[in-house]
Amino acid sequence: MAKRIEVSDLNIYYGNFLAVEGVNVSIEPRSITALIGPSGCGKSTFLRSLNRMHEVLPGARVEGKVVMDGQDLYGSDVDPVDVRRQIGMVFQRPNPFPTMSIYDNVIAGNRLNSKRMKKSETDELVERSLRGANLWNEVKDRLDRPGSGLSGGQQQRLCIARAIAVEPDVLLMDEPCSALDPISTLAIEDLMAELKERFTIVIVTHNMQQAARVSEQTGFFNLNGVGQPGRLIEFNPTEKIFSNPDQKATEDYISGRFG
Amino acid sequence: MTATKAPTEPPSQQRVVRRPGDRVFAGAARGSGIFILLVLAGVAAFLISEALPALTASSEEIPGGEGLGSYVWPLIVGTLLGAVIALVVATPLAVGIALYITYYAPRRIAAAMGYVIDLLAAIPSVVYGFWGLAVLAPKLVPFHQWTADNLSWIPLFAGPASASGRTMLTVGLVLAVMILPIISAIAREVFSQAPALHREAALALGATRWEMIKMAVLPYGKSGVIAGAMLGLGRALGETMAVAIILSGGGAATINLITSSNPSTIASNIALRFPEATGLGVNTLIASGLVLFVITLAVNMLARWVVNRRADFSGAN
Ligand SMILES: Nc1ncnc2c1ncn2[C@@H]1O[C@H](COP(=O)(O)OP(=O)(O)OP(=O)(O)O)[C@@H](O)[C@H]1O
Ligand SMILES: [Mg+2]
Repeated sequence: MAKRIEVSDLNIYYGNFLAVEGVNVSIEPRSITALIGPSGCGKSTFLRSLNRMHEVLPGARVEGKVVMDGQDLYGSDVDPVDVRRQIGMVFQRPNPFPTMSIYDNVIAGNRLNSKRMKKSETDELVERSLRGANLWNEVKDRLDRPGSGLSGGQQQRLCIARAIAVEPDVLLMDEPCSALDPISTLAIEDLMAELKERFTIVIVTHNMQQAARVSEQTGFFNLNGVGQPGRLIEFNPTEKIFSNPDQKATEDYISGRFG
Repeated sequence: MTATKAPTEPPSQQRVVRRPGDRVFAGAARGSGIFILLVLAGVAAFLISEALPALTASSEEIPGGEGLGSYVWPLIVGTLLGAVIALVVATPLAVGIALYITYYAPRRIAAAMGYVIDLLAAIPSVVYGFWGLAVLAPKLVPFHQWTADNLSWIPLFAGPASASGRTMLTVGLVLAVMILPIISAIAREVFSQAPALHREAALALGATRWEMIKMAVLPYGKSGVIAGAMLGLGRALGETMAVAIILSGGGAATINLITSSNPSTIASNIALRFPEATGLGVNTLIASGLVLFVITLAVNMLARWVVNRRADFSGAN
């Protein structure tokens, strides 16, 4: 299921403001790619352009190509809804639907695909997804309770369960652990290591150790100054980035000698 | 806070330090709360004391000569019927308008439409009454005829169809237009406040715009829409002039919407009869007002109950 994503000459705009410029990168299937960089350099913006979530904001647009398995996701015949069904997303702030039960949250995406499923099938899917997100044991007795009644870490894992329940090809995660304690963070990192067997994962993180621990490839975004567009400065295997980066800026950022 | 207290002070007398601004605000808020309760109690006391003679009078003394129950009953039916038609017609329309303005219309059109809808609320109800009488009623005559011909098996359309169009159906539709701005303004407000977090969650799962609205906007806005509908219902129940102008009234209790012999509503009946009423007639009218008061109160409590039933899932936590 996992797929490769090739990005070429991608420029991302908010109205007239060029937020990210000239990104060229190839994201490997069945691996974890980490994106790091200072605040405001366009990591989230870039991530959201990969599943066409960027354009839901008024005035936001993209130039360039994002090709997944030979198909340009920004081609004129491509429906963004289909793109988002193939490329799932986990947000920085946990966002389970407050009006739905835990159970309904997990299968929310599957309900959209409007396939009629038998109760036994959905039961099985819910259990499989929640187990996949390491949450089953904590919630199996209260599946009919609202998802908003869980702790932050549990809510985030519920969102991961919801994202993987639709079996996407790619999973995008924007600082999924930034609101979580170290134990929940480790649980989610373990989870990512399992999930990369099946999915292509791209994660934005401010936590260098996390990037070093979980990812195979790391991309470093930077910007030259306020109002300047962010750029992908370096993209290399994680080991190389953290031991012997090509760029001086990368080394400065990683070693904390930034700015 | 406790650290600033003198150590000798016994714990039972420890009080939280309150700043003057806090105290003033709390006092003002409490004052407003008490004030509205007093006004409400005053109105209720007036209604009950003035209605009491009619409630205790013998049937022959009540206008109509058949007792309070048979005097008020057709009016209750008329009031509820008009208001329910208005609500049933206006609510889906208002929700549709609100969704269109918040999630579909281009920004400039949305702003313009918002103003136009708000303008509807600024039109005095007399104007609505004359519009209903002079424009809508004649236009609806063919529709009345059609329902009488084709739908007469439904008791609501039993007929015979009115030749003037001055019917409960016309009143209900006029009331629907009148309460449309109230409901759609509130619906618009709550829909536009549906959190971006959840709207994006739906979109990122591959929801179309309509699916996103079903998942993240409508559930969030539901209690607001119900509240708006109840405000609209309150206005429809109490509407006086528009109804008084359109309906001939005086008919018996019937749910037949399209005949010209229809009951009036409580509010319009009071407005029409009050100037000439004397003695027990006045008490009877006020008693009918008391009934309207109770109906409105019951409707609002029902709405609260509906909204609170699934408070856990409201998204407010
Ligand atoms: N909705 C928006 N409208 C206009 N400009 C925006 C919007 N969102 C982000 N930007 C701008 O785009 C640039 C990149 O923002 P982005 O959120 O992608 O940064 P980031 O790398 O994710 O930062 P952080 O690490 O703080 O999350 C910033 O200059 C930001 O001000
Ligand atoms: Mg970000």
